[in-house]
Amino acid sequence: MSAPLLEVRNLKKYFKTGRGMLHAVDDVNFTIDEGKTLGVVGESGCGKSTLGRTILHLLDATDGQILYKGKDITNPTRKELSALRHEMQIIFQDPFSSLNPRKSVSETIMEPMKLSHTMKKQEMIDRTRELMETVGLAERFWGTYPHELDGGRRQRIGIARALALGPRFIVCDEPVSALDVSIQAQILNLMLDLQEDRKLTYMFVTHDLSVVKYISDDILVMYLGQVVEKAHSDELFKNTLHPYSKALLSAIPVPDIHANNELVTMTGEITSPINPKPGCRFMARCPYASDKCNEPQKIEEILPNHFVSCCKCREINHL
Amino acid sequence: MENKPIVEIKDLYVEFHSDDAIVHAVNGVNLTIREGETLGLVGETGAGKTTIARAILGIIAKPQGHITSGEILFDGEDILKYPEKEMRDLRGNQIAMIFQDPMTALNPIERVGDQIEEAIGLHNKITHADAIERAMQMLELVGIPRERYFEYPHQFSGGMKQRVVIAMALACNPKLLLADEPTTALDVTIQAQVLKMMKELKEKLNTAVLMITHDLGVVASICQKVAVIYAGEIVEYGTLEQIFDHPTHPYTIGLFGSLPKLDSTEKRLKPIKGMMPDPTLEIQGCKFAERCEHATEACRAKKPEIYTTQDGHQIRCVLAGKENA
Repeated sequence: MSAPLLEVRNLKKYFKTGRGMLHAVDDVNFTIDEGKTLGVVGESGCGKSTLGRTILHLLDATDGQILYKGKDITNPTRKELSALRHEMQIIFQDPFSSLNPRKSVSETIMEPMKLSHTMKKQEMIDRTRELMETVGLAERFWGTYPHELDGGRRQRIGIARALALGPRFIVCDEPVSALDVSIQAQILNLMLDLQEDRKLTYMFVTHDLSVVKYISDDILVMYLGQVVEKAHSDELFKNTLHPYSKALLSAIPVPDIHANNELVTMTGEITSPINPKPGCRFMARCPYASDKCNEPQKIEEILPNHFVSCCKCREINHL
Repeated sequence: MENKPIVEIKDLYVEFHSDDAIVHAVNGVNLTIREGETLGLVGETGAGKTTIARAILGIIAKPQGHITSGEILFDGEDILKYPEKEMRDLRGNQIAMIFQDPMTALNPIERVGDQIEEAIGLHNKITHADAIERAMQMLELVGIPRERYFEYPHQFSGGMKQRVVIAMALACNPKLLLADEPTTALDVTIQAQVLKMMKELKEKLNTAVLMITHDLGVVASICQKVAVIYAGEIVEYGTLEQIFDHPTHPYTIGLFGSLPKLDSTEKRLKPIKGMMPDPTLEIQGCKFAERCEHATEACRAKKPEIYTTQDGHQIRCVLAGKENA
């Protein structure tokens, strides 16, 4: 067993708001091994994007530890941080707003190289050309501006930019959710090819369970800032244990008319993440909720390598 | 026997003119929606789905948008010939639309109840008090307590707002509901709730629905008929079973191949190569030929005719009925 590339321990990210503390990420733990993909799923507001951004220091962690290659990087110095930028990158969700409209394709891809001050001009040009080819952007787009391109091509720019400094670890924040299905499939395949070629490690944040199953090795299901279930991808889909994961899974409309998927009804909507009560956060919508759920929930290994945070998990699943 | 048609679109063409080009958004579309039927109109961004719905409702953006030819028969009458005043009587009354984004479809400075009441008051000869009562009933119908009549849109969550928009659309008991990606902006669990509700309401009110979506999963869960649209043309039309069990047009097959499936273990998706053609170009032959692996010279030379199987499955492809039908 190799040491994990990234380890996150008790990570917390709170935001101060007028009405109290917003617990965006609350006590999250996980590890990702080199060359693997961790999928993070959940609905809007569950903290999945905040988690990715906190790991990359786009946001400062409130508490907890982030270890990269065994080294604590929770509070890096400026110099350490700029070195980390070579190692860890991000692909953003919206290929429309994450690109500078006044920079051409080549300028955008070259930007990280320029900022790193480690390459000569010709080197940067060669590398940009190479990257454009890698992500499938024809050379004629060298001087093109983002507004002239469609969503799929823009996302390719975003991917090329993330790869510019040769990172080991990439946070993919809903990279395909703004794209049409046929383009989405092209981009997903590109990302898998890149991972194979370059031994990249991904943290893939998405709300789309079918995408996450397709691309991930391990999956975290998040609800209101907390991890409710964590398991290997196949295991999670075969043996879904947490009531929220079950509801989420049953809610996906399946493009198969013979699929017999009974909708697990979940009443109500996501509750507020501001000053949450100590008990289970899913309680208000959970069909199995009882008094026991008012106590803080612990994440437990219910089956081998399958962790669930639900006090009634064994009872519900007859384990 | 099939039900009576509510709306029949015949050979519809819509163009948008810009300074230096003409965008051919809808190119000879024929579609029929029957009483109580839900027709899924599936396609990618820019395929012309929303333009068709807007043409039915008579709200194509002017002056750049033009319906250059075709007929839209609603209850047997060509509504493209209607003067604006008569269209206004139909709109929101017999034909209603649910827009994609519930965040922008509501007026932020008007109470939600009043926004529903407005449509009711406009189209029915009833007193204000009765209209309010009916608006409250509509709220209850979509699962919102009537007391919330007096609240403003910002006090509602996304799923609730979409329910309000649906209540507004159904307030006058329309014969035809145009639903333009009604659940795309919602989270999956909320989407499931809204779809379930729409299905129940549709059965209760027997409304015909044109369900515009890019999500084949949504189609499978709510529609009876499916039309697949590509670059402004219907390339395949059939019942839910025909499309899902026997997709025949290479584009439809490509769409299914592009979807990651929950129950399969395949390691790579089979995406469709390339992109949709530039809508400003006039293409002689099949619009999908550039991306199609079966394309031949014949495909590029002439627009393929519709091939119809014995049980009414329509495919616009020269290969249909030749090798595997």
